[in-house]
Amino acid sequence: MADAVVATGQRRNARPALALALLACAAVAACAAFMTVGVRGDWSFVLPFRAAKLAGLVLVGVAIAVSTVLFQTLTQNRILSPAIMGFDALYVAIQTALVFVLGARELSGFDPRLRFLFEAGAMIAASMLLFRWLIVHRGRSLHLMVLAGVVFGVLFRSLSSMLQRILDPNEFSVLQDLLFASFNSVDTALLGVSAAIIVVVCAVAWRMAEALDVMALGRETAIGLGLDHRRMVDALLLMIAVLVSVSTALVGPVTFFGLLVANLAYTFAGTGRHRVTLPAAAFVAVVALVGGQTVLERAFGMDTALSVIIEFVGGIVFILLLLRGNWR
Amino acid sequence: MRSRLTPALGLAVALAGLLALAAASLFIGVGRVGLADLLGGAEGSHAAMLLAVSRIPRTLAVMLAGAAMGIAAVIMQMLFRNRFVEPTTSGTVEAASLGLVTVALLAPDLPLAGKMAVAASFSLAATFLFLRLVERIPARSVLLVPLAGLMLGGVIDAAATFLAYRHDLLQSLASWTNGDFSGVLRGRYELLWVGFALAALAYLAADRFTVAGMGDAFTANLGLDYRRIVAFGLVVVSMVTAASVVTVGTVPFLGLIVANLVSMAMGDNLRRSLPWIAISGAAFLLACDMAGRLIRYPYEIPVGTVVGVLGSAVFLFLLLRREARLG
Repeated sequence: MADAVVATGQRRNARPALALALLACAAVAACAAFMTVGVRGDWSFVLPFRAAKLAGLVLVGVAIAVSTVLFQTLTQNRILSPAIMGFDALYVAIQTALVFVLGARELSGFDPRLRFLFEAGAMIAASMLLFRWLIVHRGRSLHLMVLAGVVFGVLFRSLSSMLQRILDPNEFSVLQDLLFASFNSVDTALLGVSAAIIVVVCAVAWRMAEALDVMALGRETAIGLGLDHRRMVDALLLMIAVLVSVSTALVGPVTFFGLLVANLAYTFAGTGRHRVTLPAAAFVAVVALVGGQTVLERAFGMDTALSVIIEFVGGIVFILLLLRGNWR
Repeated sequence: MRSRLTPALGLAVALAGLLALAAASLFIGVGRVGLADLLGGAEGSHAAMLLAVSRIPRTLAVMLAGAAMGIAAVIMQMLFRNRFVEPTTSGTVEAASLGLVTVALLAPDLPLAGKMAVAASFSLAATFLFLRLVERIPARSVLLVPLAGLMLGGVIDAAATFLAYRHDLLQSLASWTNGDFSGVLRGRYELLWVGFALAALAYLAADRFTVAGMGDAFTANLGLDYRRIVAFGLVVVSMVTAASVVTVGTVPFLGLIVANLVSMAMGDNLRRSLPWIAISGAAFLLACDMAGRLIRYPYEIPVGTVVGVLGSAVFLFLLLRREARLG
């Protein structure tokens, strides 16, 4: 079997490298277009302004892409993503709970980075508890896990909105805008710390790439090959929780983006090796997010519609994946 | 230890409980309505007016909507032969709000009944699409069906959001997607009677739905027309859904929970269980609405949010319990 792996690896060697190079070029082109298309007036004002926005989009794209690929390896299927399983909604619920406990006024005096680190810590603890239980103990039935995850998402969303309304029934929507990020109000105060976190997590994922390849073979096989499966599950859940915290803190929840990006990346890459799929997914995410935003903003003058379009396309892709039945 | 009641007596007791709850609901709210005011006051007193214009319509609306949603859900569960299908897990509700957005764009002056008719036809189309989709799901996995339905709902919802966003209707859309009874006044909820009447009509066909729940071959064997039963059921479900979305908005998972809990207690003979489903649907929704009015008094929390929390918790319980039982 090892020979076969090496053989296919050598035969296909050219394709993943080529795909990666092309995707990287496309990502760079999308970023360049985002920075330069339609600039009127003073470049010295426009460039820093757009650069901050671009940095936010790139960070979010990479975080969502990497977390989805890791999650799909962890659960060994291709129709799940952290967002579908309610990770994003959990983070928003934690944000709301924090506002609820500490009070909005106290929190707005807080350093946003400190607040973010605190929330991310709570997120790691909560998702380790909840999803470890859901994935490890209930994980034998994939459908059950997904459905439970989706319903957990509804539960967290309803809880958040309930807490927000209890907090301030009159200025419910003001509060929502003020305290929670969305696609068109990227939280720029967090860019530095987010970038640092994402670089660290991605470096760790890169070093773990071979272990991840083994893990993708399935729990029994992975254990048979000498992998400490439990520790890997814990490490992956931790990394996913961190990445989801970053992306949700920056732009709020996005349900289907990760699913779309990861599946596109597998198709382009033509291999399951994580040294290829991880960067490929990240590049696809940047192309889709930055390119999509550029096209919508500059060509159609719509700046908030991107997340809606992603939901629409992503939902259809999800149903098609379900119907084709090849979710493994 | 359960006391042995005859079915009729049991129903009567449940109905009395519901009425007691409804009576309590009349006295919850910001405006003070005291018993003494009502008894001692003149005919046109403030308290009596409050009661007639706001409290009684609201209580009635909640009960009608709750009962109709429960019945709609159980009909869908029979037709799809799946415990986890109901209007909010099949795209039916989202299609109704898409229909309302479309009406608001193309014919904003249509009377309420016309809006409801358009919403109902959108719901019907989506439910039919979902039925087709379910037939194509490989191996008809029990859990795959509601999952596909939730995703179909997400897609339809995204389309509605996009339209609403382009035409500045997001606020109206939000009022259709989150159930809230605080806007119910006399003259603004009467469509719910239509929905309830249809649901009551479904009771006459209860046996047919029970039979249809056993599959098309079995139904044909008994000499019944399966397609006609399905068509009738889907029409009832879409009309009920449209009526409640138009007047009060969406309430997630309500019917699913009520139908499951009742069926756990007394099985799937609809002629026996439908009245129970109607009563417990009404009582559950009324209790949630009262809770929403009390939690943050004098403000209100929309009933859609309250049910969203309670409903998804019970849904999870049903899901995970089922798995535990299967081993």
